[in-house]
Amino acid sequence: MRPLKWFVTAFTIVFLFAPLLVVAIVSINENRYMDFPPEGFSLAWYTALWTDPAWRASIGRSLTIALAGATLAVAVATPLAYVLRAYRIRLAPLLYSLGILPFMLPPVISALGMQVFWNATGHVGRIENVVIAHAIFFSTLPLITISLAMETMDPSLREAAQTLGASPRTTFRTITFPLLVPSMVTGFAAAFVLSLNEYIIAFLVAGFSVETLPIKIFNGLRYGFTPTIAAVTVVFIAVAGTVFTLAAMFGNLLRFLGADPSILEREPAAEARARAAEEVPERVPAAV
Amino acid sequence: MSDRRPTPRTYGVLAIPVTVLAVFFLVPFGMMVAASFYRRIEGGFYEPAFLLDSWRRLFSEVFIERAAFSIGISLLAGALCIAIAFPFTYFLTRMRRRPHVALLILVLSALSLSEVIVGFTWSVLLGRAAGISNILVWLGLMDEAAAYQPGFVAVLLGLSYIAFPYCVLTLYPSLTRLDREVTEAAQTLGASPWRTFWTVVVPVSRPIIMAGFLLVFVFTLGSYLIAAILGRPGHWTLSVFISDQASFNANVPFAAAMAIFLTALSLAVVGLVVAIESRTRRLA
Repeated sequence: MRPLKWFVTAFTIVFLFAPLLVVAIVSINENRYMDFPPEGFSLAWYTALWTDPAWRASIGRSLTIALAGATLAVAVATPLAYVLRAYRIRLAPLLYSLGILPFMLPPVISALGMQVFWNATGHVGRIENVVIAHAIFFSTLPLITISLAMETMDPSLREAAQTLGASPRTTFRTITFPLLVPSMVTGFAAAFVLSLNEYIIAFLVAGFSVETLPIKIFNGLRYGFTPTIAAVTVVFIAVAGTVFTLAAMFGNLLRFLGADPSILEREPAAEARARAAEEVPERVPAAV
Repeated sequence: MSDRRPTPRTYGVLAIPVTVLAVFFLVPFGMMVAASFYRRIEGGFYEPAFLLDSWRRLFSEVFIERAAFSIGISLLAGALCIAIAFPFTYFLTRMRRRPHVALLILVLSALSLSEVIVGFTWSVLLGRAAGISNILVWLGLMDEAAAYQPGFVAVLLGLSYIAFPYCVLTLYPSLTRLDREVTEAAQTLGASPWRTFWTVVVPVSRPIIMAGFLLVFVFTLGSYLIAAILGRPGHWTLSVFISDQASFNANVPFAAAMAIFLTALSLAVVGLVVAIESRTRRLA
């Protein structure tokens, strides 16, 4: 069993890393062709990312779309997840499915629907069209993380606050909402990173006028290779790795991936209980 | 948690996200369904009509061939993925925290890679100029560098690469919950770890494996760029066909009809997953 364990793990790591490694090597090649082994060492293709206005513009566009799209996605998902899990709503399963559906279906379906929709409104080829399309498609991710946080939240925390005299509004503000923040951050991070990398929706909604980074890379591939493509790939991988490392450090990544609570060392509910204990006693006199 | 009675204000709060989803998802979807009956006008537009032409084309030989190819290669990629991802995830959940988190971050980083980047990296890796064959030449195992893309194997590898992280993440929650006592009991009774894996872990996890496989299947079915970059037109999947019709061929009605077929196919598979999961929960 041991050899199998090492073989499978090593195989997976090599499989996941191999193409990244090759691209990293190509990105520091001195001339503008793909060579292996590389000839010379140069960071020129990285500086080109910042000096070339075309690359800079599409990086800016992609970041704008990802930031606005992920924010909007969290804004849509939070009230939906909260109300569906905190109240007895008759159509809850149906409404939850509505939130899950866009992401569950192949993206080309959302893409084509959005294309037809914006064509009909005459509001065509704008960056905000892409923002809205991404917000809807990726809102599923924060919806899942926030719903999960609502389900695993210890109900005694809220009951304790209310017994001690906190109004529902205060309970939400001081107990429920702070407990939901890590799940909102995780959902935001996932939506942000995936939006940054999304191609087909951005392309069908406004691909001919809003050239996002993935669209620019693909167009670049079609009209001939430049090592800048390899450089931007390396930057992307670095960004993704950083975002998820941060999420693992501050957002309790394992729990949002659905790990069994028993394998986690840190129990966030204990912290929340401590915070609730600090804040609620101020209101005790009113209750008495 | 869901014990409180909703007040009118609750419905007010709920109405916002539901309206947004209805306007920007259900309405566009409905318009797409309508568009599949429209009349195509040369030059990229379409006008309202009630024609069945686009639907009739779904029964054309070319389309059936495309659909069969898409389904086939997605099934193959799904099977390949699950064959590696299942033992990997099983071992992962039994690691100490540090390598556990590090490997999950690697998986998530691979997950967040754009398809265009995955397509590009594999085209480099399998290409003639800077690919894997150059390493073999360098080692003296081959005489001349060769290109392995575009081609069927390249598409299959690319699809497996993008689907692999999803596969791990769908298996992960259930495998962390797999009762350690069961495997320990088997080993106390004298089963080797290898035998425990095949006679206890795999049979117990059969519904998880099935559900994971089907979800990966839906995911690869939606892939666009992998087939577009790593394949020849003969390796194009339905998603490539749909967006090609919608953009370059400017035949939105036909693209819409194909998209509805793809929706129905995906929903059927997702429904199967839900059925498997609810049955597992009832048994558990």
